[in-house]
Order: sequence, then C-alpha cells, then structure tokens
Amino acid sequence: MMRQLKILDFAIASLRRRKGKSLSIILVFAFTVAALSSVLLLTHALRSEATQLLAGAPDLVVQRIIAGRHDLIPGSYQEKIEKIPGVKAVTPRLWGYYYDSLTSSNFTLLGIGDDAPRGLPLLAGRLPKAPDECAIGSGIAEFRGVTIGDDLYLINQENLGVGFTIVGLFSAQSNLLTHDLIILEKETLRKFFAIPPGLNTDLAVAVYNPQEVNMVAQKIKREFPAARPITHDEIVRTYDAVFNWRSGMLLSIFSVALVAFCILAWDKATGLSAEERREIGVLKALGWDTGDVLLLKFWEGMFIALTAFLLGLTAALIHVFWLGAPLLAMVVKGWSVLFPEFRLVPYIDLQQIFILAFLTIVPYLVSTVIPCWRAAVTDPDSVMRG
Amino acid sequence: MILHPGILALLLGALLVILLMLYACIIGFGVLRHWDRSSYSQQQLELERRTYLISTMVNYALGFQALSLLLFIYTVDSLHPLFIGAMCATGTLNANPVGWDVLLVKIPVFFLAWLWVIVNHYDLQVEDSPLVRPKYAALFGLLPLVVLDSWRQFRYFTGLDPQIITSCCGSLFNQSGKGIASSLAALPVVPMVWVFYLWLLMLLILLLLAFKFNSSALRYLLALAAFMLLPVGLASVISFISIYIYEMPTHHCPFDLLQGGYHFIGYPLYLGLFGTVLCGLVPGLMRLLQIFAPGLGQVFKKRERFWLFSMLIFLLLLLVLVSRPLLFGSFTLQAYL
Repeated sequence: MMRQLKILDFAIASLRRRKGKSLSIILVFAFTVAALSSVLLLTHALRSEATQLLAGAPDLVVQRIIAGRHDLIPGSYQEKIEKIPGVKAVTPRLWGYYYDSLTSSNFTLLGIGDDAPRGLPLLAGRLPKAPDECAIGSGIAEFRGVTIGDDLYLINQENLGVGFTIVGLFSAQSNLLTHDLIILEKETLRKFFAIPPGLNTDLAVAVYNPQEVNMVAQKIKREFPAARPITHDEIVRTYDAVFNWRSGMLLSIFSVALVAFCILAWDKATGLSAEERREIGVLKALGWDTGDVLLLKFWEGMFIALTAFLLGLTAALIHVFWLGAPLLAMVVKGWSVLFPEFRLVPYIDLQQIFILAFLTIVPYLVSTVIPCWRAAVTDPDSVMRG
Repeated sequence: MILHPGILALLLGALLVILLMLYACIIGFGVLRHWDRSSYSQQQLELERRTYLISTMVNYALGFQALSLLLFIYTVDSLHPLFIGAMCATGTLNANPVGWDVLLVKIPVFFLAWLWVIVNHYDLQVEDSPLVRPKYAALFGLLPLVVLDSWRQFRYFTGLDPQIITSCCGSLFNQSGKGIASSLAALPVVPMVWVFYLWLLMLLILLLLAFKFNSSALRYLLALAAFMLLPVGLASVISFISIYIYEMPTHHCPFDLLQGGYHFIGYPLYLGLFGTVLCGLVPGLMRLLQIFAPGLGQVFKKRERFWLFSMLIFLLLLLVLVSRPLLFGSFTLQAYL
C-alpha cells in the first residue's frame, strides 16, 4: 500500500515537471468527458422531468383514427365508454395547435369547461370566464410582448382576426407545461377552430384500478374499432425510449470525438521526450524494474484520467444545470420552435458516472498501454549513453 | 436495438476487451513457442519484456470484464421500464432469452478472470516467473470465453425490441410453474435455511482451521466448499433470502434486491457471496500451483492470511445481511410452515 502511494506521489511529481504536456492532455480529455456527460446528464434530467409531469396525466386517452390519421371524436363514444365497468370518469378534451406567423412558432390552444378550477397557484390573475378572455403562458407573453390586461390577437379558422383580453398569466415555474399555452373557454375554442358541435379532440378516461387500464383499453378497442386508446404506461415508455434513443444517437456522434482523443493520447504517450527517456533510464539504473516503471505509468495515466474526468463532469454539471445546456438543448428537447426555458433539477446517479467512466477512462487506458510498455522496457544503458 | 448509453458502454467495453485479449494472445503465442527460462539470449530477454506487456494488457482486459458484469446487471435492471410486463431485470432478460446465456458466461468469466489476474500477480513476483507457459495457455482458453460473452451480449442487445411483451419475476419464479427457476423457488424454505446456514458454518470452521493449520488438504477442501457456495447461495437467494427481504411469501426474484426500493441491498449481498467464493478459491488454487512451481510458495506464504482474512470479512458480511431480516424483521413464515 505504502509502495503504491509512494509511486503515485512520484507520478504526480513527474507530471508536474512536464506541466505543458500533462495539462494539454487533461484539458482535451476533460473537454471530451464534458461533451459526453452533458448528453447523459441532460437526457436523464429531461426524462425524470417528463416522468414526473406524466404522473399527472390521465390513465387512458382515447383518440379516433380515420384512414390512419387522428380525427375528432363524437360524443357517442363518451356515453358508451362511461358504461364500461371500472371506468371512473370520461372527460372530453378540446385542444389544438395554432401556427403563429407573426412569431413563426406553434402555440397550443386548450379549451376549458365550467368545471375547471378558477385560481391556480402558478397563475397570476385567473382563468378565462367570458368568451373574449384568455390566459397565456409566459413564453407567449414574452414573444408577443403582452401582459395581463392587454389584448391578444389571433387569426381564426375563417381567417379573421379575433382579440382576447388576457386575464391570466402562468408563472415561469410551470414553463415545461404552459410555456406555449393559450387557455380559452371551450365554446370559444370550438368557434375559433370551427369544430362542429358534439365533437371533441379526444377523451381522457380515469380508471379506478390501475391494473384494469389495459383491460378497459381492450374493451374500448373492441367496441370502437376506429378508436385508439393510449395508456399512461405507453406514454411513459415512449418517452423513455425516445430519450434513450436521442442520447444514444448523440453519444454515437460524440464517440468520434472520443476516438480522436484516443489517437491524441496514443500519440502523446508514444512521443517520449529525450528527458523522459533519460528519466526512465536513470530510474532503471537506480534499481527500478520494468514492473515498477509500468506501475508508475499506470498511476500517471490514472491521475490524468481521474482529474480530467472530474473536471469534465463538473463542467458538464455547470453546463447542463446552471446554464441550461444551451449547446445541446436544440437537439435533445424536441422539434418545437418556442422552447420553454426551464431550470432542470440537478440529479446524477451512480450508474451514469459508472457508464461515463466506462466510456471515457477505459478507451484512454487502453490506448496508452502499448506506448507505456515501450517506455518501460527501455534499456537504461542505451538511453543514458545517449 | 435500443440505443441506451449503458448498452453503448458495454458494447464498446466488450470490443476493447476482445482487442486487448487478441493482441495479448498473438504475442503470447510467440512467448509460448520460444520461452526458455535458462537461456540468456537476446530473444529470451525480448520475450521477458513482452510478458510485461501481456500481463498489463490482460490485467486491463480482465479488470474491465469483471466491471462489465456489474454494469450489465445495472443496465439490464434500468432498462425494464421499456418493456411491457417487465418490472425488474428478470423481465428485461426474458425479453430476449439470450440474456440468460450472457449471464451464464459472464459469471464464470468473472471468476476465471480474477483468478488469472491473481495468479499472474504472484507469479510475476517470483524471480523466474515459473508459470509463464500454463498462464499463457490459459489465455487461449479465456479468449474464446470472452469472445462468446461479447457475442452473446451483442446478440442480446441487438435483439431487444420494446414491442415484446415479456413476463416478469412473478411468473418466472413462480412456485407452481415449470422450469429451473420455478423449481428453485419451490425449494422448501426450512430445509434450505438449514442447508445454507450449515454450509456457512462448515465454511467458517474450515476457514478457522486453515488459519491455524498449514495443511494443503484443508485448503483444497475450503476451495471446494467455497466453490459450492455459489450454487447453494444463489438457490438460497431465490428460495428464502428474497422472501424475507421483500417480506412477501410469494416473491422470489433475485434481481428486485438490486432496486432502490429495497435500499440496493442486493449489491452488498452479492458482493459478500461472490467475494467469499473468490477468496476461498485462491489459497487452494495457489497450493495446487505450488506443486508445479515451488518458488511460488515463498511469495504466497506471507499473503495467504490476507486472502483468508478477506474471506472471513465477506463471509460475515453475507451472514449479517441474510440473518438480519430473518432474526429481526417483522415478517415470519409461521403461517406457511
């Protein structure tokens, strides 16, 4: 144990003697680690955010499909689904997307009925009560430069401008949900999009027993062949798969950087300076054997790898959780133009660190094995004679 | 295939391990052919230098291989939300049955890799490295295993499809079902508790005797008993340790133990089990090798107590972790006995 510590001490001292070279390797390595770990940290944080949000999603969403496309769902569906045993409630939902040519971004419009709560903790003001009122998310307020009391003008289905008085504004904490959201009264929304009466966008079904959700979904599918029931579990799984896929995709791209780094490490380790050769020669003349020199090289490598790993990980933590991952967010978050800006909850688990170490330290150690060995077997005699 | 970061890390690691092992075997072949301990030629000097390269590379490769078992279990466990019907690693492994074959290779390779690294470590400390030939011959045996492991792992991960509806531990480790997992779960609890504790007691006695007496036969016996602890321990985990930890008489899964809901107790538990087995094997194996290489005895003599002592620690860890829920947990099986 003492011997290992002494050799480690010597390794650090000898790295310090070659400051420039060691620092350059550490910096490049740290950069590679930072790139890889940003991807992992960001996707993991987004995934846990999504999972938490989806905890409040309905057990079952029923859509109607015609010719493979999503279609409006008639009221008759609701009555029949309510009669299925185990179903607690069926709520018809009316919502849609709105392309805003002014800001060239997509808004989400949601209609609420009379049963909606009037005040919410994250809402300044109140939800709309009259046909000419609306509540908006902070992203829209920012993009359009409006606030409570102002009028929001939108173009309806008949290409006519409609003005709504803003009576509520969602605070930034609820951004992931409400950033691009406009809330209108249900009947106002129906008129705005010219949706025929009796039709809704989809149905949210609440089920008493979570274990019966799949059975209820099967029954709905049997009753209405045109229906597409989507269970809560399916949504969670899809999100999981999507985030895994995105981070895996990015990791594959960044692995090219890793390969480039390994080549650099190999090159740096191979190109021993005359001084290093002399150092190894002297050590061996003093009685170190090849195994000791290899151990020295191993500790040098470990020191560089761990320092760079910690630096890179810290940089990634700052990049993702403090700065909000400006360099990666576009790719990982999604397709929307109007990105919510939100603070991710810092969260790392052991597995990620383990995976990162496996992805970065292992290739580095492997790429320096042979150069290190070449250095360690140098003949003291030939080196010192010059 | 699922592009999960853990899967990418495992596949990359496997590729690197194969490359290292392959290169080590290629050089090792030259060493095996021309090795002549008594020679003072330039060639012999060159070969001796190469042994350093080989042992460094193989140490790295087998070290990564041993870590990859942990990462594999961890990854498989964290993938389970992707599969309909999966609730832990069992479901993920069932989603593509090759997964079980991966474990069947990975666990033996884990032990063989550690034993090779340990033997190599002591052999290098002997002046003339007497075990060079058997060691490198063993490398040629390890290489196909490592390749098989990587190949199966690759097939397992590429064959995973989230559309598959899989079955989880509840149905696999079902007492009334058929198949090996079910019959393990159906092992009667009380006799199994006896077998497990008597086995541990026997190991403990053998261990204490080995501390006291320097007999080789004792070490062989200890190694054999430690080796047999692996099946006994795994069967006990499925048969009774699991149900006491879950506090549920029908839940026999050996993988749920690894989840946060049970405070990750599976990790120290399996560490205790695998550590006991490994540390128990080492003294016996070294004694066996001393028959061929007497020089090894001198080197290992001082270190033997370290292995015996480590085994004692792991054994006690296992004992404490298993006994705590049995003795102090609020769950009893009285109504079922």
